[in-house]
Amino acid sequence: MTIELAVAMAMFVGLVAYAVFGGADFGSGFYDITAGGAARGAELRTQIDHSIGPVWEANHVWLIYVLVTWWTGFPSAFAAAMSTLILPLLFALLGIVLRGAGFAFRKYSPTLSQARVHGALFAGSSLIAPFFLGTVAGAIASGRVPADGQGDLWSSWLNTTSLLAGVITVACCAFLAGTFLTADATRAGHDELAARLRRHTLMVGAVTGALVLGSLVPITQDAPTLAQGLTGRAAPLIATSILGGIVALVLLARNRPSAARVSAVVAVASVIVGWGAAQYPWLLVDEVTISDAAGAPATLRALLLVAAIAGIIVVPPLVYLFRLTQSTEWAQH
Amino acid sequence: MVAHDALSLAAAVDPAGLLPARQQMALTLGWHIILASFGVAFPAMIFVAHWRGLVRKEPIALVLAQRWAKVSAVLFAIGAVSGTVLSFEMGLLWPGLMGTFGDVLGLPFALEGLSFFVEAIFLGIYLYGWGRMPPRRHLLMVVPMAIAGVVGTFCVISVNAWMNTPAGFRIVDGEVTDVDPWAAMFNPIAGLQFAHMWVAAYMLVGFTIAGVYAVGMLRGRRDAHHRLGFLIPFTFASVAAVIQPVIGHLLGGGLGDRQPAKLAAFELATTTESPSPLRLGGVLVDGEVYGAIDIPVLGSLIAQNSFTAPVRGLDTIPLEDQPPVNITHWAFQTMIAIGTLLALAVVVYWAVRWWRKRELLDHTWFLGFCVATGPLAVVAVEAGWIATEVGRQPWVVYGVMRTSEAAGDYPGLWWLLAVTAVVYTCMTVGAVLVLRSMARRWRQGEHDLPSPYGPEAGLQDKTAGKERPA
Ligand code: HDD
Ligand code: HEM
Ligand code: HEM
Repeated sequence: MTIELAVAMAMFVGLVAYAVFGGADFGSGFYDITAGGAARGAELRTQIDHSIGPVWEANHVWLIYVLVTWWTGFPSAFAAAMSTLILPLLFALLGIVLRGAGFAFRKYSPTLSQARVHGALFAGSSLIAPFFLGTVAGAIASGRVPADGQGDLWSSWLNTTSLLAGVITVACCAFLAGTFLTADATRAGHDELAARLRRHTLMVGAVTGALVLGSLVPITQDAPTLAQGLTGRAAPLIATSILGGIVALVLLARNRPSAARVSAVVAVASVIVGWGAAQYPWLLVDEVTISDAAGAPATLRALLLVAAIAGIIVVPPLVYLFRLTQSTEWAQH
Repeated sequence: MVAHDALSLAAAVDPAGLLPARQQMALTLGWHIILASFGVAFPAMIFVAHWRGLVRKEPIALVLAQRWAKVSAVLFAIGAVSGTVLSFEMGLLWPGLMGTFGDVLGLPFALEGLSFFVEAIFLGIYLYGWGRMPPRRHLLMVVPMAIAGVVGTFCVISVNAWMNTPAGFRIVDGEVTDVDPWAAMFNPIAGLQFAHMWVAAYMLVGFTIAGVYAVGMLRGRRDAHHRLGFLIPFTFASVAAVIQPVIGHLLGGGLGDRQPAKLAAFELATTTESPSPLRLGGVLVDGEVYGAIDIPVLGSLIAQNSFTAPVRGLDTIPLEDQPPVNITHWAFQTMIAIGTLLALAVVVYWAVRWWRKRELLDHTWFLGFCVATGPLAVVAVEAGWIATEVGRQPWVVYGVMRTSEAAGDYPGLWWLLAVTAVVYTCMTVGAVLVLRSMARRWRQGEHDLPSPYGPEAGLQDKTAGKERPA
């Protein structure tokens, strides 16, 4: 394996982690919005606070990791994507800022009316951010970012593939979050809440599945290079993803949310990995390959070293944090 | 020269994205740096309070630690999102810089990302760990958080230092070659610049938190709680304030060789004089200095560590390589003035306390001054950054790349600036409202600050439904 490819894969690992963990955090915004009035939604909103409170900042750092690795490892392709996709990136950024601030402010709001404002900001922007990040992915995957970065500021992300990718991203986030929240509520012994979440998640899961299947044809027509990869090299991954989704729904319906969580993660992770495999060897589809975009070799080696150090320094405490939040002492609030 | 100041900020040939991009960077960085300082320095203070509470069994200290942890949850959250804004902006606003030098300056950023990970993970554990894990282990969770904050600061400052003293690459025929990311990261002034910022963060946070308790004492709440809440941060800030002028002086040494135009602007040196005076105040208008107070020889002594060595004058530097002089000069002197004042003030406080056995905290005027020290330290940090950043102009990478080459070409960036200004204003207002309401509820004797839509509301709902039939 070439060193460029190794760095690209290290970056991709971060992307998958962000999609899964960050995605689950974003998706909880959907349940927050639909939780109902202050009294009716109180239990669910408290559960959301409790589930994502300790982890959202750590999950968010995956995005920083991806950005930094990208601009360090593949600087010119980064600059090109940033220049062409400035608008959706800025919208996503606005969503990220409002979500973080809204979440932190809501928890310590003195009055219900302030908490409402902050809560609406948190929940609404939790859906805005993944939508626009999805359009960015769609724009890159459908070959709309030219190597010189002079792509059209609007049509590059206002097109079939990008918009569908945006909607699918939101749906996947909501599905992931639903399984996570159901599992958390079950473990904490909030049975009514868990039942309600399970019903919602099953609906979200069905809609997500329909969206993914329904968008296959339009994406195939709109993004031929990606489609070729998806039906070729990446086909097993896509099949895994579909299977994972179905298994997750079945497990959830049978009231086994912890296991459903695992299959939901498999479903989402394999669709992302499938996307990467489908567009290999392109970094910016039809424009720049991974090896063309690579920065200085010394830097790539240093980046791999940092990724390895991250594996040693970051992963164990991250696992510790997740295990703590899953323990019984932490389940009660 | 005022005309020149204005010109160099908005020359007609510059890309349309340049001026708004600079203002955007200034606004968002200027905002982030205040919150980031809390991320750097607050954990150490929380640690001391928590340690005293737990190991020395002082209940007051434990309450302080719990409250500070809650405050830091709010501050760190908006610190993290404002930092994310910067990560995006590096690429969005400066494609020329990141496209060309991304692989040169990326390594410290990557390591910075790593330390943010560590910081965020242990922050999550610490904030939610109260009462949920063994107390001593819980206390230890602050340590990695504090270390990660320091490492992260070094990394990000090393990027800024690299822009001042570029290293770790060569330019051959217009192409960047021989990239050595480690040499770029450990560039000549990275260490000192880091030390300066690190200490500045302790001043900012220490004086600000101490000031909050000074307000309480001024309003008559002179209990042990307020004294301890004042003394812990004030002690940190005192040490920092005394060290800071020394580090600043070391940082300024050699500036005449590194960036002569910046030093000339700092010192308002229009011509090369030997020995150079120290010029206080004053403005440069059409090449003439008005209203300055000159102290002979001191300029050479401070800037060059010599009785005779001159500060190179602006007249030796081509006009197109000069920074906006007045902004740089005033920002620099503001920082120095505040730094000197704060260092003197803390020396006086501790000297009076130790040798005269008198407590200045019993005097209203001193408490009033303490309330002002927090904002003063904030102004010093901002002024310091303005001095470094504006003083480096017109270069983004000193001597290598001009800022105009780094900027993108979108005129629409003014919209972005307007939106950002609105969002950041709202975020500031939101943070102030929430923090003040937390303080108010604590004063009223509430301890845990449950969320208003919290379990109680949910429980009432349920019990209402359940209990009625019974
Ligand atoms: C006020 C706070 C402040 C802080 C904390 C920083 N800066 Fe700065 N920066 C400015 C204030 C500023 C400025 C004064 O606002 C500048 C200088 C000229 C301008 O228009 O904006 C600026 C410009 C500026 C630019 C645009 C190019 C240029 O005009 O030189 C870049 C790329 C950076 N800075 C990078 C950094 C980095 C990587 C920092 C952190 C280590 C940093 N700045 C800290
Ligand atoms: C001037 C110096 C800077 C210092 C001392 C500094 C320090 C810090 C610290 C200590 C944190 C954690 C803060 C917290 O949780 O409150 C933080 C957050 C962050 N900073 Fe900065 N920073 C600086 C400038 C920058 C710049 C220039 C960038 C990007 C280009 C940046 C990107 C970030 C990011 C992405 C985060 C969020 C990490 C997270 O999600 O937890 N910072 N910064
Ligand atoms: C009297 C004491 C001080 C001296 C002599 C001093 C000196 C300096 C010098 C020479 C620079 C510019 C470095 C360069 O561009 O190469 C600088 C920048 C800076 N100063 Fe100070 N300073 C002092 C006090 C302070 C104080 C009190 C603070 C904050 C509380 C502060 C915060 C900063 C910051 C944030 C920068 C920009 C970052 C950097 O380049 O290091 N300084 N200072």
